[in-house]
Amino acid sequence: MTVRVVLPGLLRDLADGAAELPVELDGGAAPLSTVLDRAFEPWPVLARRVRDERGEIRRHVNVFVDGEDAKRAEGVDTEVGATSTVHVINAVSGG
Amino acid sequence: MSPMSETIVGIGTRKGLWLARSKDRQEWSLDGPHFLMSEVLSLLFDTRTDPTRLLVGFRSSHWGPSLQHTDDLGATWVEHPEGSIQFPADTDTALKATWQLVADPHDPNVVWAGTEPQGLWRSADRGETFELNRGLWDHPHRPEWGEGFGGGAIHTVLPSPADPDSMLVAMSTGGVYNTTDGGQSWSPGNTGIHAYFMPHDEWPEFGQCVHKVARDSATPTRLYAQNHKGVYRSDDNGVTWTSIEAGLPTNFGMTAVAHPRRGDSVWLVPIASDGERIPPDAQLQLARSDDAGATWRALTTGLPHSWTNVLRDAAGTDTHDQPGLYVGTRNGEVYASTDDGESFSLVASQLPDVLVVRAGTLP
Repeated sequence: MTVRVVLPGLLRDLADGAAELPVELDGGAAPLSTVLDRAFEPWPVLARRVRDERGEIRRHVNVFVDGEDAKRAEGVDTEVGATSTVHVINAVSGG
Repeated sequence: MSPMSETIVGIGTRKGLWLARSKDRQEWSLDGPHFLMSEVLSLLFDTRTDPTRLLVGFRSSHWGPSLQHTDDLGATWVEHPEGSIQFPADTDTALKATWQLVADPHDPNVVWAGTEPQGLWRSADRGETFELNRGLWDHPHRPEWGEGFGGGAIHTVLPSPADPDSMLVAMSTGGVYNTTDGGQSWSPGNTGIHAYFMPHDEWPEFGQCVHKVARDSATPTRLYAQNHKGVYRSDDNGVTWTSIEAGLPTNFGMTAVAHPRRGDSVWLVPIASDGERIPPDAQLQLARSDDAGATWRALTTGLPHSWTNVLRDAAGTDTHDQPGLYVGTRNGEVYASTDDGESFSLVASQLPDVLVVRAGTLP
């Protein structure tokens, strides 16, 4: 059972060009934090772009789990299903 | 040092880094942007070893803070895989930005960093990895330190060239703190600095809004402080302060730069007031004292009529025998002077808001 973690174009260089990272979940559902830990394990610089050293999703980064904004759900504790799709997206903010 | 050696000026802006280079400090070539769309807040040209290393602290509004270095003047950049500055887990704190990068005057491998939130960090590997100074982080005053408009950060880090155990740091608000035991313990050093904005105690032990501190180049125990309303000098290594604002057009400003070759000489960039952050009389100007603040002269030649101003770290000097002075403005202009500020010429224009300017001299 594979979760797809889809990266924004701006971050793909940090994962050797990958548009998405597969994460195998053996035991079914898992918290978003676990999914992101596994997806980014080979890419520590990419991991820091998305989450700070406490593991929190950065303020102007959004992570959607099957279309639901994780920050409006349980944050990094949001449950991710074994076949879910996780989108990492830079927020539409800036100046 | 040969007057023909090349000068490089790092210009950190709200939207990236530019590098200006010149062989004569008259004609400049501009390279950039590096780190486009990131706020570049801190720069250090580390010329203590060959080749020169440029360290850059920046943050993306989306992707967070980063510290990178280049040993080939921007051709290639290196970022530590695990991050150069990471708050330890027990602090339950996340780095917001690196505001200050300073070379240690005693150990060529040591670099100091000041961060937001208010952390002081030491690197023993030329800025690749840093360790949090626990003496300052655990200071009982820390919960009462405030945040200026730009955030709460250690914005000034001044290790003493005379004593490896002595260092001054400053923050807004919070004020000056000193150590004389290599960073194990820290004491506030704000005696004499007015805090008019604290109505119940305008002369507190700490809590002052110190904007920038500069160390005299000839007398290491002499320091100059530009405050939020007030300009001061200390002659006891940053413990007590006396006003030196008489003769200035205004006591408000963000930055202070000591002359790198001549004692008792310091530049300020006056701003009309905290409620009018424009140059006095809408004339961009510096003020220089050559007698440790007893008297001041306005320096305006080559600087425009202007509504802009110069931020805390947007001024710096190079290391030539006749040093160059560089100031960057919030409307994206950078000016250079090679005659101690008597006259200025334009280095660059039409850049984003300039946040930090530092200069180096290449072999």
